[in-house]
Amino acid sequence: MKLSGWGRYPVADCRLSAPRDAVELRACLDAGPGIARGNGRAYGDSAMNPSNTISMRHFNHMIAFDPETGQLITEAGVILGDVIRTFLPRGWFPPVTPGTKFVTIGGMIAADVHGKNHHCDGSFGNFVDWIEVIGPGGEIRRTGPGEALFEWTVGGMGLTGVIIRAAVRLTAVETGWIRQRILPAPTLAATMDTFETAQDATYSVAWIDCLSTGARQGRSLVMLGEHAALDELPPRAARRPHGPPARRARTVPADLPGFVLNRAAMRAFNALYYRNGCRKAGTVHVGWDPFFYPLDSVLGWNRIYGRRGFVQFQCVLPLAESYAGLSSLLDAVAAAGQGAFLSVLKRFGAQESRFSFPMEGYTLALDFPVSRRSLAMMERLDEITVAHGGRFYLAKDGRLKPNTLHSADPRAAAFRAMRQDTGLVREFSSRQSERVQI
Amino acid sequence: MTDQPVLILGGRSDIGLAIAHRYADLGHTVQLAARNAQSLSQEKTDMELRYGVTVSLHDFDVLAPDTHEAFLDGLPALPQIAVCAVGYMGDQAESQRDPAAATLVMRSNFEGPANILALLANLFEARGSGTLIGISSVAGDRGRATNYVYGAAKAGFTAFLSGLRNRLAGRGVHVLTVLPGFVATRMTEGLDLPEKLTTDPETLAVAVARAAEKRRNVIYVKGVWAVVMLVIRNIPEAIFKKLSI
Repeated sequence: MKLSGWGRYPVADCRLSAPRDAVELRACLDAGPGIARGNGRAYGDSAMNPSNTISMRHFNHMIAFDPETGQLITEAGVILGDVIRTFLPRGWFPPVTPGTKFVTIGGMIAADVHGKNHHCDGSFGNFVDWIEVIGPGGEIRRTGPGEALFEWTVGGMGLTGVIIRAAVRLTAVETGWIRQRILPAPTLAATMDTFETAQDATYSVAWIDCLSTGARQGRSLVMLGEHAALDELPPRAARRPHGPPARRARTVPADLPGFVLNRAAMRAFNALYYRNGCRKAGTVHVGWDPFFYPLDSVLGWNRIYGRRGFVQFQCVLPLAESYAGLSSLLDAVAAAGQGAFLSVLKRFGAQESRFSFPMEGYTLALDFPVSRRSLAMMERLDEITVAHGGRFYLAKDGRLKPNTLHSADPRAAAFRAMRQDTGLVREFSSRQSERVQI
Repeated sequence: MTDQPVLILGGRSDIGLAIAHRYADLGHTVQLAARNAQSLSQEKTDMELRYGVTVSLHDFDVLAPDTHEAFLDGLPALPQIAVCAVGYMGDQAESQRDPAAATLVMRSNFEGPANILALLANLFEARGSGTLIGISSVAGDRGRATNYVYGAAKAGFTAFLSGLRNRLAGRGVHVLTVLPGFVATRMTEGLDLPEKLTTDPETLAVAVARAAEKRRNVIYVKGVWAVVMLVIRNIPEAIFKKLSI
């Protein structure tokens, strides 16, 4: 069947199976090199293999929860949103969450996802006590921090085996509300200063207007957040300590034609968004859902980019190079006039890992409708990233060239060598791993 | 809430499990009944963790009607809602060749379900309350060459449910007939189902619980199926026999 990632680009015909248990899963793996797929939220082709894509949707059982430590043991196909729904009312929240709750636990580990608290808490892998992985030969191995299999699998994009179970530590929270503070920053320098002075904030992220130029280049709304305590909530919120009732999700009914999101519309949207944010600057209490998952309330929002889909560009630049690199990236985007709808900037804390994406510095995420021009411009962005010592997030990628990845990240060669030495390369592969040669 | 246990017959099927999840989510105690029920312990743990309700497992064989009374006696409580999600499609070609295969399809989809629901109906009638939910099929609306053995059994089951409803109306017992069109389950895995006519077990489960709550009598889960089956039922037989649909 035709399969794609969340960006709906690239699309490929893939043989998709959905095993129900370890026995059926082993049979799928015997059929040849394959890749596990969670809920299909990676943007590109990370979880696609034309000859053998294995959906983990039936591995969706929760197994045990320890209310003393917050340790949750689940199968890998459990959806993050279900974890929140189950455990927030008992006072627990995911320790790290990406920008959508429609991801699986296995996918979060494979991509070693980060959240708005990366500068404080690091990536999701920090909160994983152990995982069980089916490797070559169908053997199930349990592995934990410090062991090679664990360290390579966290951030290993499913290329070291199929994660089938995991033990994850949730974080205790008093309420489902977030005390949010919005700080407008008129320039890139001001935005970065805001991040640097807000290092104590648990959550921080900026929406950045990547279409404004000149003196306004890099203007942003920096959003900070803290889990709210029960006694600080205004009376209306206190009546619903686990957050406001779920918003009625709207659905994008059809692909928008490509011309809707043209340059003028993007510019107008970005300008309005910024002004609106300035008006709302200050501290408010918001629910966890709109704070962490603003786009989840529009089901199928990926359709707004039209039938051809969109591509994400996400890189991280080392701290020392961040200002220069981000300026060049924004220059290149503005020059091409290829608007990104919602662009996100975030300060990462330090992280040492075998193959995970984050490192200390700034990460910028942009999305563009697929076109020849935008793909060409992204290659320009690739060059700038490499020139400034940055690297790329594979979970967002559907188009990187192998030499770009390898020149940006020497760890890619080590990852490839490990896969060759252990024979994994013959057992697990995705369209992406073939493309970028890892 | 007052505890209203829900019995799921066919607790291993995708539809049965989805309905179990739905009722557990609404706060009901769940009794999962299936052959070799202990192998459903993973489902039990998952539901108890997610919804904080009690889930019990019970051995049940729809093809052994003489065990059904003892099975009901063994339940921890008489359920308030009983869902029969037992189903076995078989293979039409095999059913044509081998009468034993056809009998298995008919017993699994009609004789067994009717037998257990008949016992439950009497118990519910004596108590003066309860809801019986039967998962039948649009295949029972008209026999077609491609699956008429399964269709005939489901037609029998649909008629049985309708008769029960008629008998129990005014006795405090409600009967809901569910006629799902295509549902993406293990049973239909590998079939190329048209997307617009296909639903998933979770959507079906929400629709079933809502319909039971509103005391609806017969539901097609996707509205379009009501139209499709209206057309199919009304094609004159002289024409219908020459069609391949």
